[in-house]
Amino acid sequence: MLALTLLLAFPILGAVLLAWLGATRIGAEINVAASAATTASALWLAAKVASDGSLLVYSELFYIDSLNVFLVTLTAFVGLTTSIFSRPYMRIERDHGRMTPLTMRVYHAAYQLFLAMMLFALTTNNLGALWVAMEAATLCTVLLVSVYRTAAALEAAWKYFILCGVGIAQALFGTLLLYLAADRLIGGGEGALLWTHLNAVKTQLEPTILSLAFVFLLLGYGTKTGLVPVHHWLPDAHAEGPTPISAVLSGLLLNVALYAILRCKVLADGALRNGLPGQAMVAFGLMSVLLAAFLLHRQRDIKRLFAYSSIEHMGLITFAFGLGGPIANFGGLLHMTMHSLTKSAIFFAVGHAAQKAGTQVMDEIRGLLQTSPTVGWGLMLGSLAILGMPPFGVFASEFLILTSAMRQLPWAAPLLLLGLAVAFAAVLARVQPMVFGETSVKRLPHPPALIPVFTHLGLGLVLGLFIPPFLADWYARAATLIGG
Amino acid sequence: MIALLTQAINLFAAMLLILAFAMITQRRILNLVHLFTAQGLTLVAATLDVGYLTAQHQMYLSAAAAFALKVVVLPFLLHRLTDRLQVRFDVEPLWNTPVTMLVGILLVVFAFNLASPIAALSASIARATLGIALASVLLSFMMMITRAKAVPQVIGFLSMENSLFFAATAATNGMPMLVELGIALDALMAFLIGGVFMFQIREQFDSLDIRHLERLREE
Repeated sequence: MLALTLLLAFPILGAVLLAWLGATRIGAEINVAASAATTASALWLAAKVASDGSLLVYSELFYIDSLNVFLVTLTAFVGLTTSIFSRPYMRIERDHGRMTPLTMRVYHAAYQLFLAMMLFALTTNNLGALWVAMEAATLCTVLLVSVYRTAAALEAAWKYFILCGVGIAQALFGTLLLYLAADRLIGGGEGALLWTHLNAVKTQLEPTILSLAFVFLLLGYGTKTGLVPVHHWLPDAHAEGPTPISAVLSGLLLNVALYAILRCKVLADGALRNGLPGQAMVAFGLMSVLLAAFLLHRQRDIKRLFAYSSIEHMGLITFAFGLGGPIANFGGLLHMTMHSLTKSAIFFAVGHAAQKAGTQVMDEIRGLLQTSPTVGWGLMLGSLAILGMPPFGVFASEFLILTSAMRQLPWAAPLLLLGLAVAFAAVLARVQPMVFGETSVKRLPHPPALIPVFTHLGLGLVLGLFIPPFLADWYARAATLIGG
Repeated sequence: MIALLTQAINLFAAMLLILAFAMITQRRILNLVHLFTAQGLTLVAATLDVGYLTAQHQMYLSAAAAFALKVVVLPFLLHRLTDRLQVRFDVEPLWNTPVTMLVGILLVVFAFNLASPIAALSASIARATLGIALASVLLSFMMMITRAKAVPQVIGFLSMENSLFFAATAATNGMPMLVELGIALDALMAFLIGGVFMFQIREQFDSLDIRHLERLREE
């Protein structure tokens, strides 16, 4: 209970402190310290849940089980490494004159608030509160995307604001319908929106209402997950915001939105018992994988390239959860972890590469190996990892998803393979000249933060070679929770 | 008296639908703000009515909160915003009105069809109005998508929030207080962020026309 309180208190305190202090010299250090404290509490919470089982605290407002505790740990950890990366990165941006003291203050405070809202969304048991936290997290990222205040950044942020506003309103309507279904069964009041209460009576929930509710929830939270055809905000927001924000958008926010869909899917599955929610998720997932893979070829901007790759991977994960069953769910959860770690590592490397070249246009980024071999190798290895080359962890999870697709849905497997192959060709063809070409640009004024890049890639490699038994156990338990 | 008040809910619902249509065809920004205020007022009246009929006194509280936010604070901020941006008397070219109306009517038919099986299951006294609430949500979506200027888009966003609030009242006699407060807080934050954006957009483009924001395209 204390661990949970600390988990939510540290980022909020951090946000207040950073907003109050403003752009002092140690703003970035406070940001790192608050994130580190959050990560420590997350680990403590995870250890507690691992030993004592699931927690239900504060008059049932918070519920922690093996499904969300692993996402909490992942969120806190990537939040920490991103804050470490953002320290030198934003310092260079300030030297380039892209950040002012005011925008630095907004950036740091909104970053911590964003982490707090994601952690709140993950841990809360109340589906209404989950919606409120998702919306608040969205608003924080709208601020973060617009922080450079350039024409392109404002455009991306406005688009994000309006499209996600529409999306999130659909999710609210879906939540409302869920409440309506529960209201008939267990009476109104706070209890009717608590996930644990709904889960207990899920088989008796009215199927007509639940099917409509799930459609709205899937479309609404799917907008935030970046599923095709409601993905249009995602590439712009990734490309025009600061790179640390691209890393947490891809690595964390998309996961949290998908987590919301999963919680709703469990309820809808229980009520409908006809596999409809799973089929809808399979369709959305497959569409996202294919469209994103083909759009990868047409990208010129390096951050847009990896943004489309995020759409592809979120599609793959949605597909896996749509298939359902212990193995596909296991693969989906593993892929969520691997994608978070690898994609944020790539964005860290991309950030430094783009800063060095002074542009995000891929044709103008060349010869990273000559000027800074570590950034170059980080980008190369990260790209290989995300494309599913063994021995990295993405290979293991994609293998699991593909084999269960072959067993459960044979016609979909070739389509998935096609998507993965097209993406492989597109990304590798782009990354290779950037890493190995010739160049004449100078070194960066501040040494880049490479520890986060290689920590993430190292973790991805270790998990690809060997998943420790406690972790495998954990995923397996979470996979049975999702069911399907 | 009770019968009259029960009828009144349908009246308020009808008024909301008419207001939603008025909003999608309104060209003047100042009038849009007035319509938005009227929408808020209707909402408060409907909430009070449902609260009285079902003897749920916490709904008075949520009506009071809605009054403060949707009838006083947000319209006040909107007036100030349009004043500062000097767009109060702006007239915005729209799609032609008959087409907008026709599309709006189709949306209403669609919403009623979608809501009818659910409304039949709802226990709320105001269940017949669920279709209207959904129709208003869809009309607000349409307003957000078709408008070319920033202020009407944000008013569309707020009116969508109003419609969802009405849906909550109509279908379930209101969401739990905690959630309702959270939603209201989010709406206020969204409005403030949108307002700040408008100043930045105008500074960048010398205009609040969203059509300037079309440089980023799907490649």
